[in-house]
Amino acid sequence: MTPARHRGRSILLTSGLAIVLAAVLIPFYWLVVAATHSSAEIFDSPPPLLPGGHLAANLHTLQDTAQFGRVVLNSLFIAVIYTLCAGAVCTLAGYGFAKYRFRGREALFGLLMLGLVVPAQVTLVPLFQMMAGLRWLGTYQAVIMPNLALPFGIFLMRQSMAALPDELLDSGRMDGCGELRLFRKVVLPPMKPALAALAIFLFLYQWNDFIWPLIVLRDGATFTVPVALASLQGLDETDYGAILAGTAAAAIPMALVFLALQRHFVSGLLAGAVKE
Amino acid sequence: MTATLTGGKPRAVASRGPAPRSRPRRRVAPYLFVLPALLLFAVFKIYPIGRSFVISLHKTVGGSERFVGADNYTRLMGDPLFWTALKNTAVILVVQVPVMLALATGLAVALNSTLLRGRALFRLGFFLPMITGLVAYGIVFSVLLGKDYGLVNWLLGLAGLDPVPWLTDPLWAKVSLGLALTWHYTGYNAVILLARLQTVPAELYDAAAVDGAGAWTSFRHVTLPGLRPALLLTTVLSTIGTLQIFDEPYVLTGGGPDNATLTIGVYLYQNAFKYFDFGYASAIAYALAVLIGILGVIQFRFLGDKS
Repeated sequence: MTPARHRGRSILLTSGLAIVLAAVLIPFYWLVVAATHSSAEIFDSPPPLLPGGHLAANLHTLQDTAQFGRVVLNSLFIAVIYTLCAGAVCTLAGYGFAKYRFRGREALFGLLMLGLVVPAQVTLVPLFQMMAGLRWLGTYQAVIMPNLALPFGIFLMRQSMAALPDELLDSGRMDGCGELRLFRKVVLPPMKPALAALAIFLFLYQWNDFIWPLIVLRDGATFTVPVALASLQGLDETDYGAILAGTAAAAIPMALVFLALQRHFVSGLLAGAVKE
Repeated sequence: MTATLTGGKPRAVASRGPAPRSRPRRRVAPYLFVLPALLLFAVFKIYPIGRSFVISLHKTVGGSERFVGADNYTRLMGDPLFWTALKNTAVILVVQVPVMLALATGLAVALNSTLLRGRALFRLGFFLPMITGLVAYGIVFSVLLGKDYGLVNWLLGLAGLDPVPWLTDPLWAKVSLGLALTWHYTGYNAVILLARLQTVPAELYDAAAVDGAGAWTSFRHVTLPGLRPALLLTTVLSTIGTLQIFDEPYVLTGGGPDNATLTIGVYLYQNAFKYFDFGYASAIAYALAVLIGILGVIQFRFLGDKS
């Protein structure tokens, strides 16, 4: 191919894909625009295409109708605790499965991976009854506990841990390291990128989770962001300005965090996805 | 007490010979590492899976559970709403999933092309919808697609077209649901396919070019075979995801209009947490699990064997 033709094709492909991407990103742009307008303005004809000055008022409405500040704190608290606990459970298990040979290893791992295939809906009713029996309905632990041993997280960590050279572990043992200290001092430090990927995944998973919190949380004071937004949408007089401001407030920070850390996330996720 | 302890210990060690101190610990260590995960999994996944089956054989009558055998399953077979939900889910599976995976494949090939400038930026941009919560994008789409005041219909109006009843007409509601799903998951699937594509050796493309293969021929004979394992993965994941689909129709259309977007997931939710008919909901859940199992096996047969 001549350089000129090569360049022409390159520009064609890049600009074509840029148009597609712009179309894909329209909902994000529109979310920002709509969040700064009143409900009436959003449904004007023509609809607003540039940001307006109604954001503060929308957030104020949100606070009045749904205790939105409280709701955001609930979501943050639940997602942070969940990320820490599930991260620990998945990392420990991933390491155990990747770096030790023991009786029943394959069978136990296969059992955990079954969790990827069995639909979550199958366990919905019994888990709900279990939470009711424990008198946990409406509590944070009801949201956090059932998904701590997340099969995908365990899978991701086993894949990452497998890349760790055995020699590193053996030399640690030679130096008289106990198994737990070995895990803390030798295994975890080089795993930081994988741990970052896991943490982002777990945080996003919990932050966006909808059906389970919807079922076990009882009143507005304990709602997470998605549950609160969905409950607002169900009201007779839905204030879309307020709802969309809340949606933006929940989605935009997540998108920014993701953009900042995406290098780890995508590569970590891919490490899990491709090797299978 | 002290005697038995000190008396027992040396003997146990002696029987294993002069092993280093860490040997027995190394034997129990792996079990301790995987124990928390297994315990939590047993309590919150395996037990509920079994319990769900028991519930599906019962009916709640006046606050107490009564054993009814296979009644819930017989009722399921004759329930037109269940068949509607199954049909709707099947339509999404047959129409939306292949379209999305074709788009994702094209996107992956484009993102892999050396002709493309700013590849990292594009990859990121197309992945962004995936991190958006289902409720968030459901709400955004429901407003964007509003019939009289939605942005999409306003744009169609500019182009001289009539407004489309996106969410209020049974057929268009299905289309809207498909659009929302495609928007959300295409980039994610493209990234999985892209990762696989990057492992296809460049020499294969060079060899094809030397043999005089055009773009289409080399795509068919080099790219597609190379993608097969990743296509299997994305197909299976999309199938499982589609069969369980709940959030999108719940937020976007509530299952309507006229049950046009009622999925198995939504129907299960309605029975369990609107009518509190736990037995029937559990029967639906088990029917769903069996369906996923069957489709998973079929897909592995079709796509997996030839690799």
